[in-house]
Amino acid sequence: MSVTIDTKDIYFKELNQQIRDVLKTGVEEIILNNVNGQRYIGDGITGTQSIIINGTPGNDMAAYMDGLKLVINGNGQDAIGNTMNDGTIVIHGNAGDTLGYAMRGGEIYVHGSVGYRVGIHMKGYQEKNPVIVVGGKAGDFFAEYMAGGIQIVLGLDLSPEESIVGDYCGTGMHGGVIYLRGTVEDYQLGKEVKVLPVDQEDLELLGRYVHNYAEYFSEDYEAIISKEFIKLIPFNTRPYGNLYAKY
Amino acid sequence: MLKEGQIRIPAGCAISGIMNKKGELTSGQDIIKSIAVMHDRSNGLGGGFAAYGIYPEFKNHYALHLFYDDKKVKQETEFLLNKFFSIEQAEPIPTRNISAIKNVPLIWRYFAKPKVKEMALYESESEYVVDFIMRINSEVEGAYVFSSGKNMGTFKGVGFPEDIGEFFRLDEYKGYSWTAHGRFPTNTPGWWGGAHPFSLLDSTIVHNGEISSYDANRRFLEMYGYKCTLQTDTEAITYIFDLLLRKFGLPLESAVNIVAAPFWSKISRMNSEQQKLFKALRVVYSSLLINGPFSIILGSTNGFMALNDRLKLRSLIAAQKGDNMYIASEESAIREICKNPDKSWAPKGGEPVICLLDGKESLYEFDQVDENEFVRHSVAL
Repeated sequence: MSVTIDTKDIYFKELNQQIRDVLKTGVEEIILNNVNGQRYIGDGITGTQSIIINGTPGNDMAAYMDGLKLVINGNGQDAIGNTMNDGTIVIHGNAGDTLGYAMRGGEIYVHGSVGYRVGIHMKGYQEKNPVIVVGGKAGDFFAEYMAGGIQIVLGLDLSPEESIVGDYCGTGMHGGVIYLRGTVEDYQLGKEVKVLPVDQEDLELLGRYVHNYAEYFSEDYEAIISKEFIKLIPFNTRPYGNLYAKY
Repeated sequence: MLKEGQIRIPAGCAISGIMNKKGELTSGQDIIKSIAVMHDRSNGLGGGFAAYGIYPEFKNHYALHLFYDDKKVKQETEFLLNKFFSIEQAEPIPTRNISAIKNVPLIWRYFAKPKVKEMALYESESEYVVDFIMRINSEVEGAYVFSSGKNMGTFKGVGFPEDIGEFFRLDEYKGYSWTAHGRFPTNTPGWWGGAHPFSLLDSTIVHNGEISSYDANRRFLEMYGYKCTLQTDTEAITYIFDLLLRKFGLPLESAVNIVAAPFWSKISRMNSEQQKLFKALRVVYSSLLINGPFSIILGSTNGFMALNDRLKLRSLIAAQKGDNMYIASEESAIREICKNPDKSWAPKGGEPVICLLDGKESLYEFDQVDENEFVRHSVAL
C-alpha cells in the first residue's frame, strides 16, 4: 500500500510528523511530492518501508536512520545519512557536503557527484559494514578519518581537467577500504593511505555494489566494471596505539 | 543596550543571490521567496537585502540610507550631510507595519552629490564619500550609514529576512541584481546596523561564517583609514574588498587569491611564473588572508561574485537558467524560484563564481575621470 503526500509549503516539523504517523499505519511506501528544502526527512526512524522523495529534500536527511529505503528523484543537499545505522539511500542526482558522516551501516548510492568531506569518519564493526557508491567525483577530504566500511567512486563522465577525488583524500584513515575507478596523484592522498591494485576478492565485492549502482540508475554494468580500479587502504589500523600505552 | 562589538556574535546564516545578465529588472519578490526557504538557517535576529538598479531616476546621486536612534541625532547628522553634500531629495524609506518587526529606528534616505569645494583635499570622489561615512559611523553616536552606492540600496534590520523584505516593501522595487541574508547570531542583542548586507559605496557583502583572522584583518585595514566600529567580521570583509579593488586597483582574481589564498603546498606545485605571483600575494597581503569558514556574495553594480573559504567549510550552490544566475546556501532556495535550472553546481572552496552583466569585464570600475579636467589640472600645476 502506498500513500502520497503533497509537501508543498508544509513545514518540516509537520511533514516529519505526518511521515511518522503514516508509517505507523503499516504503509509500505510513502511518496512525497514537491519536496523543497524540508529538513530531517527519515531521521531516527526504524523500519523497512520506502519513502520516494520527488524534489530537493533539505539538510540532515536520514540522520540516525535505521532501515528505511529513501529514493530521491532530484539532488540531495548537505549532511545526508549522518551516523546512519541501516537502510538504503538512492539519489538520482548529485549530493552535497558531508554525506555519510560517521555512517555505521546501510548503503548510499549517488548517481552523480558529491561535495566535500563525504564519508568522513565512516566506521564498521562486525556485521556492520556501511557502503557509499558515488557515480561521478568527490570533493576534498573524501573519507577523512575513515575507520571502516567501503567507499567507491566511479568517476563517470568526468571532463579531462576533473579529478575523481579532491585533495586530502583519506587523511587520517585507519580502517575500511576505498575503491577508485581512476587514478590519483600522491599529493591528493593523506599520508596514512597506500595505493594497491585490486585483486579477485576486491573485484567480487566491487561487482556486487557496481551491479546495484547500474541497476538503480540504468547504467551499463559491463562498461563500468571493465575499467581499472585502484584500492586505497590505511598503512596502519592503529596509528596511535602506542600514544598512550607504551610497550 | 549593548550593540555589536560589545558582545561577540558567532553566526550561522543563509545567503542568496539572483541576477539577470541582460540587466532586466525584477521585483524583490523572488529573492524574498528564495531566502524564506532557508528560514531555519536564521533565528530572527537579522535579515537584509541589497538591490541594484532600483533608483534609475537618481542614478548619478549617492543614495545614502541611514538609521537614526532619535530625532536629535538625525538633526545633528543632517547638519553634516548638508555641509558635505548637496541633497537632491530627503525622505523616510517607505515601510509597512509588520507585527514581527519591532523597535524600528528612524530610517531615512538621501539622494546626494558631494560638494565640490569640500572635496578639494581628497584624491578621488569615492575617497571623499568613504571618509564621510567612516566619520558618521564612528563619531556620531546613534547614526549609521548602511547604504551608500549609486542606483542601488541596502535594506536590513532585526527580524527574519522574509519579514524584513515585506517591511521594506521590496516587492515595489525593481532591480537587476539582488542579494539576501538571513542571520543566526547566537548571543547578540540584535541591532539594525549589525544585519547584513554590509555595504560601502556600490559594494555589498552577505556572509555566512565566522572569521578567525578578524583582528589581523582589522589592524591592516586601520592603517588605511577604515574604522571597524562594529567588530563584526563581515564589516572587515567589506572593507578588505574595497581596499583591494577600489583603492589598490587589484584585479578581482588577485583579491580572491589573497583572501582565500591557496595553501603553500599547492603553490609549490605551480609553474615558476605562477609561484612568483602567488608567493608575492601571500607575503605582501598576508594580513588580508581571511581565515575560518565563510561563504560570501560580493555584490557590485556590474554583477556579483560568490566565494567559499578554501577548505569549503560552508555550503554554496550556483545555478544558471538562460540569462539568470543564482547563488544560495542551499539548492532548495534556488529551486523555489527556478524549478529547472539549465545547470547547477557546487563551486570548489576558494574558487569564485563571477557573474557579470553582459558587456562588463570586471566587478569593479574606477571613478570616471574626465580627461580634459585632468589635463587642465596638470597645466595649472
